[in-house]
Amino acid sequence: MTQIISLIQAAVVFGTVILFGAVGEILAEKSGNLNLGVPGIMYLGGIAGLIASFLYEGNAANPLPGVAVAITLLAAFVAAMLGGLIYAVLTITLRANQNVTGLTLTIFGGGFANLFGGTLNKMAGGVGQISVALTSGAFRTTIPFLSGLGAVGKILFSYGFMAYLAVALAFLVSWFLNKTSVGLNLRSVGENPATADAAGISVTKYKYLATCIGAGISGLGGLYYTMDYIKGTWSTDGSIEKLGWLAVALVIFATWKPRRSIWGAYLFGALFWLFFYIPGLTRSSQEIFKMLPYVVTLFVLIMVALRRKREDQPPRSLGVAYFREER
Amino acid sequence: MESSIAIRMVNITKTFGEVVANDKVCLDIQRGEILSLLGENGSGKTTLMNMLAGIYFPDSGEITINGNPVTIASPKDAFDLHIGMIHQHFKLVDVLTAAENIILGLNETTVVDLKRVREAVKQICDRYGFVVDPNKKVYDMSVSEKQTLEIVKVLYRGADILILDEPTAVLTPQETQKLFCVMRNMKADGKSIIIITHKLHEVMEISDRVAVLRKGHYIGDVPTAETNAQKLTEMMVGRAVSLDIERSEPVNRTARLVVNNLNVCDKDGVNRLTDVQFTAYSGEILGVAGISGSGQKELLEAIAGLQNCRDCSSIEFISEKGEKKQLSGMHPIDIKRLGVALAFVPEDRLGMGLVGSMNLTDNMMLRSYREGKGPVANRKKPKKLAETVVRDLEVVTPGLNTPVRRLSGGNVQKVLVGREISMEPQLLMSAYAVRGLDINTSYNIYHLLSEQKKRGAAVIFVGEDLDVLLELCDRIMVLCAGRVNDIVDARATTKDEVGYLMTYLKEGGKDRE
Amino acid sequence: MSKQKSASHEPFVRMSKRDGLPLWKSLGVRLIGLTLALIVCAVIIYALTKLNPLRVYAAMVKGAFGTNKRVWVTIRDIMMLLCIAVGLAPAFKMRFWNIGAEGQILVGGLAAAACMIYLGKSMPTIALLVVMFIFSMLAGGVWGTIPAIFKAKWNANETLFTLMMNYIAIQLTSFFVAKWENPFGSNTVGIINQMTKAGWFPTVFGQMYTLNVIIVMILAVLMYLYLRYSKQGYEIAVVGESENTARYAAINVRSVIIRTMAISGAICGIAGFIAVAGASHTISTSTAGGRGFTAIIVAWLAQFNTFIMVGISALLVFLQKGAIEIASQFDLNDFVSEMITGIILFFILGSEFFINYKIRFRGGKKEAGK
Repeated sequence: MTQIISLIQAAVVFGTVILFGAVGEILAEKSGNLNLGVPGIMYLGGIAGLIASFLYEGNAANPLPGVAVAITLLAAFVAAMLGGLIYAVLTITLRANQNVTGLTLTIFGGGFANLFGGTLNKMAGGVGQISVALTSGAFRTTIPFLSGLGAVGKILFSYGFMAYLAVALAFLVSWFLNKTSVGLNLRSVGENPATADAAGISVTKYKYLATCIGAGISGLGGLYYTMDYIKGTWSTDGSIEKLGWLAVALVIFATWKPRRSIWGAYLFGALFWLFFYIPGLTRSSQEIFKMLPYVVTLFVLIMVALRRKREDQPPRSLGVAYFREER
Repeated sequence: MESSIAIRMVNITKTFGEVVANDKVCLDIQRGEILSLLGENGSGKTTLMNMLAGIYFPDSGEITINGNPVTIASPKDAFDLHIGMIHQHFKLVDVLTAAENIILGLNETTVVDLKRVREAVKQICDRYGFVVDPNKKVYDMSVSEKQTLEIVKVLYRGADILILDEPTAVLTPQETQKLFCVMRNMKADGKSIIIITHKLHEVMEISDRVAVLRKGHYIGDVPTAETNAQKLTEMMVGRAVSLDIERSEPVNRTARLVVNNLNVCDKDGVNRLTDVQFTAYSGEILGVAGISGSGQKELLEAIAGLQNCRDCSSIEFISEKGEKKQLSGMHPIDIKRLGVALAFVPEDRLGMGLVGSMNLTDNMMLRSYREGKGPVANRKKPKKLAETVVRDLEVVTPGLNTPVRRLSGGNVQKVLVGREISMEPQLLMSAYAVRGLDINTSYNIYHLLSEQKKRGAAVIFVGEDLDVLLELCDRIMVLCAGRVNDIVDARATTKDEVGYLMTYLKEGGKDRE
Repeated sequence: MSKQKSASHEPFVRMSKRDGLPLWKSLGVRLIGLTLALIVCAVIIYALTKLNPLRVYAAMVKGAFGTNKRVWVTIRDIMMLLCIAVGLAPAFKMRFWNIGAEGQILVGGLAAAACMIYLGKSMPTIALLVVMFIFSMLAGGVWGTIPAIFKAKWNANETLFTLMMNYIAIQLTSFFVAKWENPFGSNTVGIINQMTKAGWFPTVFGQMYTLNVIIVMILAVLMYLYLRYSKQGYEIAVVGESENTARYAAINVRSVIIRTMAISGAICGIAGFIAVAGASHTISTSTAGGRGFTAIIVAWLAQFNTFIMVGISALLVFLQKGAIEIASQFDLNDFVSEMITGIILFFILGSEFFINYKIRFRGGKKEAGK
């Protein structure tokens, strides 16, 4: 029983990182932009949040947890948005190839974040020495009373606020896409930009906004990873990149539906940590188990291709730049 | 300024690269009139109207609406000026419902209020006599439903000036009549309507006034009542033409292709061709008529091995020596290996018949690159062929190394037809071979096809212009909803008869050979 | 009425497609892009180190070509990147987004390492190298063929499929690293056959990496000829342009996709073989080290011309080596090289726009990108 509970907890924590990434990416992909820069964007969000809290805690005379959280969130969101902006300028205005640009953004984001992360580590006195205890603590604060409610409390209420924020954002984005006028317009931009254009929708503006805001949301995944998952530290082991690609995979798994990505994220998390709870695995066979999320995504990818259900297909113009005066 | 003028366009010029699409065009549109904008393909009609709709922006010139100079920089500006355009290629999002498509981009309410939209749509429908199901997804709609939806969409946006780009191209005559009826209702309601078309009889039937464009120039306008089809044709093409296509009697007529029980269904399992049965003979041109989407494409592709036929289907090819070869169920490569000289000029020239980014030489080897031993492709022969085609068919091109995408539509088609004819086919199939071509090139193509017929090839000609079908072909097979409705003698039949056959499926739908 | 509302605002910038730019002009545009990128990098480096950027660039040159050994390491890495790009070229020419080079390199490397470990004692070096070459090629080929089959048969999205295959390959590598661990507890494989050097590339003409250069250059030339002159290369070009046209031309699209990806994967597998046998003599999850992604950009920018790939690979590797040198000189970490690579690629990608499009500003007839 305790094993199951701790698996669920691990799954939710892991899932939250990629849920942010996936929800942001869904927003971008709905506008027709396949942004393979998600790992880079998550890197940018993570490092910006870390730098901001590091500077705040180091320089403020009397740092307050609330302020620290606000500054960190803002820094992460803005940095990730700027990453998205680079991608947007190149692919939307300059019509560079989306895949290549996204990959470049991943290289750049990883380099940038690890360069500064490494420097921060050094400034703090060596690897693993960096500490933003106050901010990280604030991110990790659980709901005081509810988290003590036995198993239910552990499963539902033992996480920092960002775990709930991710779920709320998923619902919000889902509502936005399916119920609002602007969301309807955005979907049409991703499906058929020429039609959207003829209907008076500014394709460029929608693509820019969706890509940048989506990037901001994805960036929060990186922030959650640094502040909560690894408790306000930095390591240059490339885990954020791995998680970023899983977020991209999750978008497919959820067939571009934010609400489906919620349980998808937790399922990925559970699959990822499953090896930990299966007795008798050697260290090498554990690695085989860690393949599971990727294998499952492949399976979904194949199923989506086989079933050809209209509602499950990627946005029709995904990956294609739009140019009006083409003839 | 006359108060009855709704839109005035003065000296509008628009160029695309080197091509001048509109050269100092002036055009007035009155309130409450139906104006036909007439012109050949490529005369700049659609470009001109796209500038009213905010899709393109003119290089120079002025537009005034109700006497006020305006700038239409985006479709939104056009809506604000109460201009609505129904494009030839519908601007609808497939995965959305009718209602969602109607309110696209309007942002009337933060949260979409479909109930209110449904009410409003119903009102519009009742007023003009449409039928639209607001909850239907566009991908489930027929062509005419989509068109109705497009009209309702612009009316919902409060359009007073409607532009319809070749609205009847995809409709049956009955649907066309329904559309005209609606157009008259809208006119009675005080709306101005511009209809872009090149079908003269429709111009005569529906419009109050006709304006003619030719090669990007404005030729003039006349009240419909004071003109006739002959005069309009002259304005359109610049000189009097009688559609005088040279047609020889078939010689040495033997069965070349015997099709029986041909059944083809598409990816979704819908039957595109049902029990098709006909024979194509050497030395004759068999025309194929039908409303677009009646199975023409599938028919030619099935013969060429590009469609999966049902097992019962039989496509039998009989060579000059009388050998019978079954083509049904074969892939194109198998057909080639059988030694069947089958030439195919598909509808989609740059998307199927040619490779746009490749040069003339490389396009010449598209069907023959396997020739010769070894893994290396031989480019000497294709180069020679390219030179021959350029010389014989008078292809205008900077050189053999120019990507075909950069050639004009007529020259692209010459390259394609030239290559297909060069294989000295026993069976030549062409789909919409003159679509988008100027009159001269069209006649060149007719001539080339007739020559193949004289050479003894069986020619299958899928066409859309009934006048051409009647004058070029020997027999005409009429397809209706994927069935052969009848096969008629082109010399004896009339346009009315073929038109009727295109729309009314006869009982049983078998041919009467 | 809203008649006056939209009075007179011509769009500020208008763009139109360009019809092919002369080669020297398009090279010029790229050069301008590169120069701008170097300036931006210089500013960033200055902000980080407060040193004269010119001195920093001099340090970079020293880092890449400072000593004979460095020159050869630089060459080795150029060859590695080039080899992967050459492998990707046919796939991308076919418009098959093979993001899976990382995985294909890893399984190729795994196959090579397995041969070194299990056959190292029982075979002469030349025979062992041949066996390693073949098994690496096969492993990479299989890894490339799997997504191709699903793409060809069911049109499964290859970008995402190959991406997932990367991570499966990484886990597979982790599995074998744990299995072959040496010494125990280190979680690395260590240098394989350090004493016997079985399965290591021999020194040719007195240099360790001569064989790397020979193999990769042969592959590059062959690939150039294959894409340009062979019937199969022609088929790849047709399929890449339009599957409909390919079917029309009696090309079996499925088998071309599968065949091409087998070739693409096989060459990436060979890259893995070179990485293990000709460079690191070990295997780890970072054997590919992101080069599978960088090579995509190399292949794309070179528009599949293998000779242009040499230049781009050289540029990128030079930047990396140089950046690592300044990082160690000025107490930064190695990741500065990735950041600089990213910035430079951003600028090169951006400059492509000015090659393909014309820009006109409101009022004037000014054209950018000339």
